[in-house]
Amino acid sequence: MTNLNKFSLAMGVLAMSAVPAIAQEAQTMDEKINAGFASATGWFVNFIFAPLPGTSFPWIVMWLVIAATVFTFYFSFVQLKFFKHAISLVKGDYSDPNDAGEVSHFQALATALSGTVGLGNIAGVAVAVGIGGPGATFWMILAGLMGMASKFTECTLGVKYRNEYEDGTVSGGPMYYISKGFNELGLPGGKILAVLFSIFCILGALGGGNMFQANQAHAQIAGILGDYPGWITGIVFAVVVYAVIVGGVKSIARVTEKVVPFMGILYCVAALIIILVNYDKIGWAFGQIFDGAFTGLGVAGGFVGALIQGFKRAAFSNEAGVGSAAIAHSAVKTKEPITEGFVSLLEPFIDTVVICTMTALVITISGQLIIDPASGNYVVEGGKIATVGGTSGVSLTSAAFASAFSWFPYVLAIAVILFAFSTMISWSYYGLKAWTYLFGEGKTTELIFKIIFCVFIVIGAAASLGPVIDFSDAAIFAMAVVNITGLYFLMSVVKKEFNSYKSRLDSGEIKKFEH
Amino acid sequence: MTATLVVGLDGHGSGERAVAYAKRMAELIGDCNLLIVYIIEWSPYTFQTPEENAERHKRREEEIETALKRVVDPTVKALEKDGITAKGIVRHGHVADALNAISLEEKAEQIIVGRSTASGIAERIFGSSTAKLVMSASIPVTVVG
Repeated sequence: MTNLNKFSLAMGVLAMSAVPAIAQEAQTMDEKINAGFASATGWFVNFIFAPLPGTSFPWIVMWLVIAATVFTFYFSFVQLKFFKHAISLVKGDYSDPNDAGEVSHFQALATALSGTVGLGNIAGVAVAVGIGGPGATFWMILAGLMGMASKFTECTLGVKYRNEYEDGTVSGGPMYYISKGFNELGLPGGKILAVLFSIFCILGALGGGNMFQANQAHAQIAGILGDYPGWITGIVFAVVVYAVIVGGVKSIARVTEKVVPFMGILYCVAALIIILVNYDKIGWAFGQIFDGAFTGLGVAGGFVGALIQGFKRAAFSNEAGVGSAAIAHSAVKTKEPITEGFVSLLEPFIDTVVICTMTALVITISGQLIIDPASGNYVVEGGKIATVGGTSGVSLTSAAFASAFSWFPYVLAIAVILFAFSTMISWSYYGLKAWTYLFGEGKTTELIFKIIFCVFIVIGAAASLGPVIDFSDAAIFAMAVVNITGLYFLMSVVKKEFNSYKSRLDSGEIKKFEH
Repeated sequence: MTATLVVGLDGHGSGERAVAYAKRMAELIGDCNLLIVYIIEWSPYTFQTPEENAERHKRREEEIETALKRVVDPTVKALEKDGITAKGIVRHGHVADALNAISLEEKAEQIIVGRSTASGIAERIFGSSTAKLVMSASIPVTVVG
């Protein structure tokens, strides 16, 4: 065993053993973590979600919507015009057989998707529909469609400006394209933005990519096994994640990477069956979605409430404009960075337009949201729509699926745990890339981040949902503030690539390969 | 006109038998090139972690280097020593598809592969690849038992 291995083992054991040692007083431990966490992060959350003056509309949501709209128009509806081409690229029609063995478009897309498909699609949608009503779905779909253009822009840049090292490994992402791209265009401030992005990315990795996942995974396990302290789940998760990211136990990651797509498909099939069995309610459900989108159907905050929830949860689920996907997509082997942009625009489509919509339809159709028979509006209690059994988050989705298949909550629990795990693995990598951008590449610096990451799993599992979800959202949206600022300055670079590729595709210079 | 024969290697005994047969054919034909091909089984549709993706290029280079060093180069050298013109290629992909694609690129007359005698999973994989090659190849295939 090398000294480094010994050091990492010692640090790991220390980190893991510290929490249970303090937690001797059992139950109060969760409460202490919770209170401390909420007071430490409150100011940050308040700033990110501050409403626009004179309204109740958070400025950050407006920021994302405007960006997605700008990119959609700037690239003249690339998400519609190049949708078919994107599928062709994923199928490998344009891949040079001599590049076989490199990361394929499909693999880059699948890796990025396994980082985004997960709790956002299950719990996030339930939160959106539970607060904003079915109308939130309409805004969620719209945000997903528009977000495709944001994703296209950031992923093209991710590949274009990635670092390729002598040993053949690559690092990419907003911190690289912002600093290198700004330099190339002679713009000042690139380095500062890149550093800022990296800081928020680390917070996002620890929040949405870690604590939120651990928290919801614990809620699922506790739902089945009965209530017990969250830090116990946290430690189990932390040990497994530690084994994968530090111990290099690739077999665990490999199993997860294979089971996660299977769970994703199973989830969609189950949702489709429920929707098809209730085919007579599909029209009504879409009616609720469209009516609710503009009137709110009596939910808290009316149509603005539905809109805010829809956009918020869509952004949290598909991460378009956040910059995380650019890190995942930058590993692909291609001579044309723009092709990865095309492929990545499928991500918000699959994640939000398809999977999130299915969840929302199942919740709406299942009748879990209580409607006042007299007025036809939803019954609102404490800012949320009243549900059968008072459920929210994952448990609302679970109850909705259980109304058709009584055994489904068990499958969903396993899915949530696996989704949580694969999302954590993805985000540990995103966070690590931001960390090494700030502190330099090297085994010891990497190890420090990985240990911090594991400790936060325990904190996330122990804290209650409210403060965790607020902090997770805030950190991820803070990444979008910096990333989108960078994208505005660099979108002309993407446009050049786009025009050049388009003309070569039209002239027949870029051809399909025969396979 | 020079004839080109493609020989598929699998790093086992059956590949050696295929090479021995190909060598005999080359001697009989006279003006003949042997293309020694090693396919690293790989699919573009697998699921990988971000870290595996980031290191993929490096791993690919290592895989190609190992295959060249351990299997392909020694075979090519041995053939050249015996006066046969030979060239080595290592590529990633599905064995049957890649062997066929290379044969078409190189305008080969025939593909020669061994029938694996290894037991267990290896046999299943290579065995089915041989069968698939026989079924789908665009040029004649000789399977050496």
